[in-house]
Amino acid sequence: MVDTEPRIAGDGVSAADEIAKRRYVETAGRRRFVRFWGSFIRRRPLGTAGAVLIILMLLAAAFADVVAPYDPTAINFPDLLKPPSPEHLLGADNFGRDVFSRVIFGSRTALLVGFSASLVGCTLGLVLGVVGAYLGGRTDQIIQRLMDVLLSFPLIVIAIAVVAALGTGEDKIANVIAAITVPIVPRVARVVRSSALSIVQMPYIEAARSVGAGAIRIMFRHIAPNVFAPYLIMLTAFLGQAILLEASLSFLGLGVFEPTPSWGLMLRGAGMQFLEQAPWLAIAPGVAISMAVFGFNLFGDSLRDALDPRLRTS
Amino acid sequence: MRRYVVGRLLLMIPTLVGVAILTFVIMRAVPGDIVALRYAGSSVPQDIIDQERHILGLDKPMWAQFVDWMISISRFDLGQSLWTGHSVVEEVQVRMPLSIELAVLATIFAVALAIPLGVVAAVKQDTWVDYAIRVFSIGGLAMPSFWIGIMMVLVTLTLWGWAPPLVFTSFFEDPVANLAQLVLPAIAVGYRYSAVSMRMTRSTVLEVLREDYVRTARAKGLRETLVVVRHALRNALLPVVTVVSLEFAFLIGGLVVTEQVFNLNGIGKLLVDAVAHRDYPLIQALVLLLASVFVLVNFVVDLVYVVLDPRIRYA
Repeated sequence: MVDTEPRIAGDGVSAADEIAKRRYVETAGRRRFVRFWGSFIRRRPLGTAGAVLIILMLLAAAFADVVAPYDPTAINFPDLLKPPSPEHLLGADNFGRDVFSRVIFGSRTALLVGFSASLVGCTLGLVLGVVGAYLGGRTDQIIQRLMDVLLSFPLIVIAIAVVAALGTGEDKIANVIAAITVPIVPRVARVVRSSALSIVQMPYIEAARSVGAGAIRIMFRHIAPNVFAPYLIMLTAFLGQAILLEASLSFLGLGVFEPTPSWGLMLRGAGMQFLEQAPWLAIAPGVAISMAVFGFNLFGDSLRDALDPRLRTS
Repeated sequence: MRRYVVGRLLLMIPTLVGVAILTFVIMRAVPGDIVALRYAGSSVPQDIIDQERHILGLDKPMWAQFVDWMISISRFDLGQSLWTGHSVVEEVQVRMPLSIELAVLATIFAVALAIPLGVVAAVKQDTWVDYAIRVFSIGGLAMPSFWIGIMMVLVTLTLWGWAPPLVFTSFFEDPVANLAQLVLPAIAVGYRYSAVSMRMTRSTVLEVLREDYVRTARAKGLRETLVVVRHALRNALLPVVTVVSLEFAFLIGGLVVTEQVFNLNGIGKLLVDAVAHRDYPLIQALVLLLASVFVLVNFVVDLVYVVLDPRIRYA
């Protein structure tokens, strides 16, 4: 799904449509929660492996100060381009900065961008999808056309525009998040809308309306909780995507900026320039990106299977 | 059916107009136009700058500029690049062969990898073969394709001291030099896209394998290979066709980062350069072109569905 090329790839669209057509098991209540995750761990080794990767990454980000042996921004010229050694586990870059420490601190940037963009994008998509499905008519048409426009719009133009308009700098990470949120919204809105359309037809919605529940109440108390499973799955899927997008945009010079440690940024300058001389500069951040996205994808995939009753019986 | 086709074609218009407006507004919201960027830091007097803006038509009000643009588009005139001075059509023509060829090669590679692997994973569901193939494909989704590209160059450099040539040669002039340049990026991109289609193949084959007619085929004693290839795969391929076509539409203009890594002068790079130079006519034309390709491919895919699957009817 979205490439490393700056966009969300096909999986987002078609596989997500697929998600929308299915029915999901609800996982409410504490006992069912425990039972659900218990069977998840037992029956889905790949998903559990993904969860472990995610937890490791969260820990690395939370305790980066403790885990990382050096200050990620400390310039130290004597160590310039030193290969991996016990002193510098993953070598040092062209400023003598410790690559391992930069990878560890880079997980903060990746998770921050990933979580915020995915959460905001999926939630906006959820609201637009539910509103369109419930209100129907002209409102629905307008929302759908807007989503079509966003879907066919190259992300790279949005990203460049956001960065150019709002400026760049260490404290401008919100701009990157904004640029990445945009392509997520229409994809989630489409899936949620088609899921919600079948719920709108259900008798209990009719019942709610007949006892005088307002539109807002019906949409967010009655419909929204029932599209929560696809929402959750997309949240995990787009998290990985957002991390990839951040890496791509930073690689192009349109994302996070020095000295913020970011995996994409590490690949951009020195990673390419010293490819032959110091290959560890290009290998380490790429492996970090891949492991992170890999974790979220494995977990998201298994979560989808676990929440999908049709596949579960197989 | 005719009503459906006409209706869909008409629905493209608001989408494309929306894209046009959005591009137009976004680009003009970005600080600095091409004149400002050209003279940034120099001490050219303001009246010369104003004069240049006047020549380029950048001093007109925004709505007037938009109307001008819409009028020329309706005459199929995409205008001239402010940055190079060539016509937009020329600029696109120079880069199109490379972008299309890269997209075709990547798609061929992706499909050749995805369909066999997807079928095997489905047939061997929940065995170690299935797990291995799934991990392989999720790996393709997880690794940035530009990074796969960098790693492939690193490997060929250290093993054979070879890196892809930097100058584009047409396939018809020198196929070897042409492929030498494009094979690595095509594999890097294709691996990633194979992952998407492979997962799609796996899940649709799994679904189809539970259909009654597959049971019938088995019951009448057909060999399992025949059942899978002739009966299941043929019916499972439809959604895969969709995914592959949509990917293809994206690949034509979307490979910005990969083109950067391999120093390829394609449509993606052109778009980035155009935005960097605030070359409004070129950006607007490119975005509109890419959006049209995307919308059209979407539409064609829906029509192909009807042809391939007689159960689907559009009212």
